[in-house]
Amino acid sequence: MAIKTEPFVINVGPQHPSTHGVFRMRLTLDGEVIVDVEPVLGYLHRGIEKLAEGRTYTQNIPFTDRLDYLASMSNNLAYVLAVEKLAGIPVPERAEYLRVIIAELQRIASHLVGVGAFLNDCGAFMTPLLYMFREREKILDLFEMVCGQRLTYNYMRIGGVSHDIPAEFLPALDRFVTTMPGFIDEYDQLLAENEILLARAKGVGILPEELAINISASGPVLRGSGVRWDIRKADPYSVYDRLEFDIPTGSVGDCYDRYWVRIQEMRQSVRIIRQAVEQLPPGEVRTEVPHLLHPPVGEAYGHIEAPKGELGFYLVSDNSIAPYRFHVRAPTLINLTALRDMMIGWKVADAVAIFGSIDICLAEVDR
Amino acid sequence: MKFEHYGIGIAKGMALTFKHLFRKPITTQYPEERLTVSRRTRGNELVWDKERCTGCATCAKSCPEGCIEIITSRGEENNYIVDKFEVDMGRCIFCGLCVEACPFEALFMGYAYERARYRRQELVMDKEALLLSGERQPSGYARPKIEAGLPRQTLLLDRDKVKK
Ligand code: SF4
Ligand code: SF4
Repeated sequence: MAIKTEPFVINVGPQHPSTHGVFRMRLTLDGEVIVDVEPVLGYLHRGIEKLAEGRTYTQNIPFTDRLDYLASMSNNLAYVLAVEKLAGIPVPERAEYLRVIIAELQRIASHLVGVGAFLNDCGAFMTPLLYMFREREKILDLFEMVCGQRLTYNYMRIGGVSHDIPAEFLPALDRFVTTMPGFIDEYDQLLAENEILLARAKGVGILPEELAINISASGPVLRGSGVRWDIRKADPYSVYDRLEFDIPTGSVGDCYDRYWVRIQEMRQSVRIIRQAVEQLPPGEVRTEVPHLLHPPVGEAYGHIEAPKGELGFYLVSDNSIAPYRFHVRAPTLINLTALRDMMIGWKVADAVAIFGSIDICLAEVDR
Repeated sequence: MKFEHYGIGIAKGMALTFKHLFRKPITTQYPEERLTVSRRTRGNELVWDKERCTGCATCAKSCPEGCIEIITSRGEENNYIVDKFEVDMGRCIFCGLCVEACPFEALFMGYAYERARYRRQELVMDKEALLLSGERQPSGYARPKIEAGLPRQTLLLDRDKVKK
């Protein structure tokens, strides 16, 4: 005799340690199996897009810091690229290289948090996260050295960067670049063969290649599904066309592939930084731009490969000092649309791991 | 899922964790031990130089939060007299744009970092409160001359042994 059962609805979040911020999932369960997921967004909505319409182009740079706060430098970069496109401002060569170095350091820092938090969700409680925070701390030290802050950097400027690097930056960066691959090996030793991690991540939360393309996922989520797509290669900005690097891709698109892609990307970033430091030319770091910029009437879209995916800023100018429209294409919001398809059919415990493997930042999702 | 050598991966990980037991700690016992912040640090209340400020209000215009309030009056030699210079540090996001914008180098970011207050009103700083003093030192952010005179930042990187 079959027992009559009813689906059961539970709320995960908004205040839940594994939702990485104030995110809420309404899970409909049949026993322990997920039959439906409804993400509830908007708890961290601050109306940044609207606020930006009332501020000048330069004043908006610190606001972009507050989108994905784990990768503020990348946000700065995407935004200033869009403004430079809009107003046709050239950037000195040295500034371009500095931007690449800083953006790649930021990618490592963001992936360290992403991977650490994912492992945390998989049950490797805190140990890997803290090992990774140790390395992230070194990157934050370097950022503090160049721009004076550790989280909201406000470093990129329209037409360059705000300051040249201090004299002690390059030796310190060199130390970091020599030691970092050793630490990445250490993470590999710690967890790559760990049976518990493999059991919890391999084959779990598969995002098929076709679906990943259809929902326009980007970043490690897309590459984990085996699509070789990276804006740095597909539409090179800054000086990425002069640097050599590979795009790691996964094969099946499960949680493990996304984790693996992030680890490999860190190795590639170290490689990019090495080359960029070698090619770093002397010279100016900032083009003089008027204090109040009036870009010509028009629109521009600047996009970069941010650590979490394609981050784009769409700006419309009406020749005034503030943007007429300021839109952010947030990679994590779009990656999050895959959540339902990835989760259905898995258990509650896997939900946390699948969610962690997308690596989202709620400040960017809700804006 | 099947594993042929169940436990080897875990053992490897544990070996690494065990090795960490013998590493030097990287944390700092804060109130007793203090780290030196960056020369360009941007984490503290603004410092204002009364003598150099001309009351041009460029800083107030460049602030994205609008937290600097300046009221001036016309002086005898057709100059500005700054009657009110008030910064609401509770709204400041420490972006440093005001310091960069000041054409007379009269405004600085602060260098010290222990400035917590009990009340929000205490964060609204007027002319006197903003002045330079013993514990209110300027940081080298956008001020290369000051930057050169500040001590070196402590880096966690310095504690690593570099193997080539
Ligand atoms: S640091 Fe930024 S927010 Fe603070 S007063 Fe200066 S311009 Fe305004
Ligand atoms: S920009 Fe400088 S000189 Fe002008 S009012 Fe502000 S602090 Fe004074």
